[in-house]
Amino acid sequence: MRKVGNMKHRSASDTISIIVFLIPAVLLFCVILIAPMVMSAYYSFFDWKGLGEAKFIGLSNYKELFTSELTPFPSALKNVFILAGLSVFLQLPISLGLALILGRGIKGERFFLSVNFIPVLISTVVIAMLWKIMYQPKGLFNNLLRITGILKEGDSNILFLADGPKGHLLGSVIAPMLWQYVGYHMLLMYAGVKNVSPELREAAMIDGATPWQVDRYIVIPSMKPVIKVCVIFSVTGSLKSYDLPALLAGMRSVTAAFPSTMLMNQMFKANRYGMGSAIAVLLILMCFAFALLINYIFREKDE
Amino acid sequence: MAKKSAIYQPNEYTIRKGGKAFGIFGVIMLIIWSLINLYPLFWMITFSLKDNQQIQKTHRFLLPKGLPNEWHWENYKALDYSSLLTYFKNSVIVTALAILISMVAAMMASYAIMRIQWKASKAVNRMFLLGITIPVQASLVPVYMICRYFDWLDTRWSLIIPYAAFALAMSILIANSFIVGIPKDLDEAAYIDGCSRYGVFFRIIVPLMLPSVSTIAIYSFLQCWNELMFASVFVSSSEYRTLPVGVQSYTGTFTVKWGPIGAVITIATIPMVITYVLLSRKIQESFIAGAIKG
Repeated sequence: MRKVGNMKHRSASDTISIIVFLIPAVLLFCVILIAPMVMSAYYSFFDWKGLGEAKFIGLSNYKELFTSELTPFPSALKNVFILAGLSVFLQLPISLGLALILGRGIKGERFFLSVNFIPVLISTVVIAMLWKIMYQPKGLFNNLLRITGILKEGDSNILFLADGPKGHLLGSVIAPMLWQYVGYHMLLMYAGVKNVSPELREAAMIDGATPWQVDRYIVIPSMKPVIKVCVIFSVTGSLKSYDLPALLAGMRSVTAAFPSTMLMNQMFKANRYGMGSAIAVLLILMCFAFALLINYIFREKDE
Repeated sequence: MAKKSAIYQPNEYTIRKGGKAFGIFGVIMLIIWSLINLYPLFWMITFSLKDNQQIQKTHRFLLPKGLPNEWHWENYKALDYSSLLTYFKNSVIVTALAILISMVAAMMASYAIMRIQWKASKAVNRMFLLGITIPVQASLVPVYMICRYFDWLDTRWSLIIPYAAFALAMSILIANSFIVGIPKDLDEAAYIDGCSRYGVFFRIIVPLMLPSVSTIAIYSFLQCWNELMFASVFVSSSEYRTLPVGVQSYTGTFTVKWGPIGAVITIATIPMVITYVLLSRKIQESFIAGAIKG
């Protein structure tokens, strides 16, 4: 029997119950996340077709990623950093702006919040198909450009999905990704804005602060934790991005390559499991590195 | 959870003079952005009822001109509904089981971490939270090989287990934030009455954690429901295909006709939009809870 108020006492049965309660989560976590990370790291040093013998080749996979013309990894890295950069410096400011406007209390607050969150819920496959059709030579975007007169009578249609150095493929892949998650970050930031106590705002207003000054000096500084979460989500989300690049640009595009599409291409088109693992390892490292970096940047400013 | 619902309390703070011009400007920006979000949906629904000639005609954008001048219902009539229904069913089964497994695992783990005192509990918690940062791509290659070795490829379980694992970190995080709100006195009282750890978990913690179920489920749902990478690699037969892969392969069969593509993606979107209209507040609160508690 347990003694009253003696919760800190550890008994053998407690140890057993800790293990029992942790088993499902630990199993899932280790089998699907931890063990595969270790395996990926291991196979990244091999030349392996998935079947048959694996040949140890040291760091050759990594070296090839950065030097060979056949594996457009530098291009994929560049693209993913462009995406992450635009996500942090374009998408998040739009979200922040909209959240601040919403947070000031306007009519139809709930309506605007709900409407702008809809793209988040729509399947990326649907978004990709929809944008693909909008991008067509006679699709919505070209028609819009004609109506607004940006495209003149004699101009040819813009080929949004054309690959190659003169094509717009990369931009066309990035645009829907930025568009889709504005509403998501807006929702989180809106919650952050609403956390600022109305009294604090009132007090600042009585002291003669303009709404802009209230936002700048009171609301935004108090939103740092939310902004940090948004920055981490948008950077790691960019690194992981797969669906829209795969659906709009395909696996083989070089100009619009992303690490994930390259990984899939190496794994399932070229059957190079070792190379696929090397890309996975770099992705994991980048995700951790950026999460730590962002945490560090925000921590410094907190103190 | 008082804090969570605070965001929907009526606004005491309103725009004052001087801020008025900016307020109008802000509302205009919001309206523009809402149109940018809604218009593609409107366009999707209207073009699903048109033929190519109508879709590609310029100067037909808004109501009433944007509506089809001939309604091509055959775009919808010709669809292969039995396949779409299979994909939908598979997505429901895979998503529901993945959420259920990760939720049960998360609640149990959360109880062990937050309610039983032991030295390494914080370290274990931190380890689980690492899962939020680990990209799904990390396990693609090895899990594929494991599944191939055990002949698990092309089954629903090959998706359910990875999805459950990927939803786990966030589920534990949310479960932790809920379990903190349950007074520890309740546990102690139950121990005095002779309850075991298991008794406390099932009779006190689980019933009181029920409000967290919907939050965890909604947060995990989106991730599982729309997942494309694992779904396209691990399942190859159309029998077990989930909705995203099914929609992708199905729309691939109409490369020239846009109308039927529109019809497929409209049908794939409708259940989601209806659910959202009914539960928008709960859904928004869940996403906020998931992110802010982190």
